[in-house]
Amino acid sequence: MNNDGFDKFKGSADYVTSAPLRNAVNVAIALGRPLLVRGEPGTGKTLLAHSIALALNKKLITWNIKSTTKAQEGMYVYDTVQRLNDSRFGSGEVADIKHYIKLGKLGQAFASPEQVVILIDEVDKADIEFPNDLLNELDEMSFYIPETNETVTAIHRPIAIVTSNAEKELPDAFLRRCIFHYIEFPNPELMEEIVRVHYPNIKNNLLREALQTFYSLRGIDDFRKKPSTSELIDWIQALIVGGVPHENISSQIPFMGTLLKKETDNDFFTNTYMTRVGDTFVIRRR
Amino acid sequence: MFTDFFYILRKRKVPVSVTEWMTLMTALNSGFIGSLDDFYFLARAILVKSEAFYDHYDVAFQEYFNGIEPPAEISEQIREWLNSSLNRSVLSKDEQALLNGMNFDDLMAELEKRLKEQTEQHDVGDYWIGRGGTSPFGHSGFNAAGIRIGGESGGRRAVQIAGERRFLNYRHDLTLDVRQIKVALKALRQLTRTGPEDELDLDETVEATARNAGEIELMWQRNRKNTVKVLLLMDVGGSMNPFASMCSQLFSAAHASNHFKDFSYYYFHNCIYDYLYQDIERSDAISTDHLLLTLEPDYKLVLVGDARMATSELMHQYGAINYFERNEMPGMVWLKRIAEHFTHHIWLNPEELRFWAHPTVHAISRTFPMFPLTLDGLTQGIRRLMVNR
Repeated sequence: MNNDGFDKFKGSADYVTSAPLRNAVNVAIALGRPLLVRGEPGTGKTLLAHSIALALNKKLITWNIKSTTKAQEGMYVYDTVQRLNDSRFGSGEVADIKHYIKLGKLGQAFASPEQVVILIDEVDKADIEFPNDLLNELDEMSFYIPETNETVTAIHRPIAIVTSNAEKELPDAFLRRCIFHYIEFPNPELMEEIVRVHYPNIKNNLLREALQTFYSLRGIDDFRKKPSTSELIDWIQALIVGGVPHENISSQIPFMGTLLKKETDNDFFTNTYMTRVGDTFVIRRR
Repeated sequence: MFTDFFYILRKRKVPVSVTEWMTLMTALNSGFIGSLDDFYFLARAILVKSEAFYDHYDVAFQEYFNGIEPPAEISEQIREWLNSSLNRSVLSKDEQALLNGMNFDDLMAELEKRLKEQTEQHDVGDYWIGRGGTSPFGHSGFNAAGIRIGGESGGRRAVQIAGERRFLNYRHDLTLDVRQIKVALKALRQLTRTGPEDELDLDETVEATARNAGEIELMWQRNRKNTVKVLLLMDVGGSMNPFASMCSQLFSAAHASNHFKDFSYYYFHNCIYDYLYQDIERSDAISTDHLLLTLEPDYKLVLVGDARMATSELMHQYGAINYFERNEMPGMVWLKRIAEHFTHHIWLNPEELRFWAHPTVHAISRTFPMFPLTLDGLTQGIRRLMVNR
């Protein structure tokens, strides 16, 4: 990369990225396109936006999408009920409709005097039509408010990060306008780096045993929900706090509940791979 | 620039549009590319919008770029190895003779050619070159010296990265997991206004308030809800055993999809006769007649089974595989009755398409539109269920 015309993302101290992801982020920033990030739960999709904001020293505006969220809400809300109420009791400035137009998250990002990072989190949770309704606005980074006959245009195109769990297929027209990156599950080397960012003083033995156990658990395809990075981080925390000797980790898998959160997975694993010795369960030797 | 690559991508079924291609060209013009590796990731980020197509992309990338940049690092390693007289002494007399008989450059060319062939035929991972025994490179010598070709190394080339095809498992036409099925099932919806009136109807409110001479009158309307009802009938046991886990995935996905107005499921063995079963051990029975009487025709019917059985099981009176069933009516007649009752029905077959050539599969697929139980098949089937009649 030898393009110097924009702020470049190089990762931040508390978030480990791979080179392809950094490239994708930089391309998205340079081309002014939204970056669509997909990946297994717990691979740090949401944290990416936080990391970009931190690294580039920009404000982060988060728009959490729920199943009931409408695209319109992201731009502005016209508080009709309030206005009707005010008109009835004669309070407020009813005559000026502007007082009842409130900018949504996307609107705030556009109107901001400096460039911001806007995170549209879990876009797939909303209705199928939701991304389509945002198409034009994200493309041109402006929208029109018919009530006031005003157009809100982005002063600086915000850096838009869109995350998706792929619960729904996103419309093609939306995809065409995005830069896409799929966050792969980290390989053991990258994972080691990630864990060290969270626990800089972790003992080598403990880390090695924990990672080995973790990846062999992930190798089992029969789980409903495979353990992911955030579960690993929690588990290692539990191991450190619990003061578990490292030689017990792979044989007993202490605090298994932090890794396997579904009861069925827990039962399945205990029944298939473990056997009772005294009052603890240990991995069955083959 | 690279226009052929665009067409190779499309040939490999990566849905690339001209818009995206132009974006890539803009990116190339602004000087993002330092190496082929950069290009690989840049083009992928801009052109490919789903991990399901990463593997298609890898294949296309290999097809277009393979040979443009030979894997020079590996050649360096081997060049060094071959040039060292110490290493040559490891070889047997015959092998040395063979080696001396070849021009060094020819040898390298041959090696690179084979290397490429291997990249295409095998997973690059742990392959030792010349293991086959006929290689002019002296396979045992290489083994002993332990030169590993391919695999993970610091500066992997883009073509090699593509060659690894790490995203093979994400292809839609191959895999099906609970999550993907849930996504597909989400398409099964029909929104109708039902339930309590808890949504402000603005137009009506303004209208009513105006009529009320400014006294505010709030008007409410009903929410839009999904009205789709689903009936799932699954074949269990016998020839369906190999597909048990696939069917259980479909079942758990459908069961967990809480957006249906109603979801009912029953089991059968090979074919449907007088009774359907609520329990997987097939002891809890409900009569098929009762089901047809009580369920409205607007239930979306999904049958899952391999549709493969003895012809008599389908066509003959008393043909049921279970002797005690004593069906007066042949299975096919039952199936036809069911198909006539429900307006929307599909049959999902977990067997691969190439095994469908079987008389009973044919007969059943004439009554029920049959789709393979893959993500693509499921999506097509669901589209069929949503068609207005």
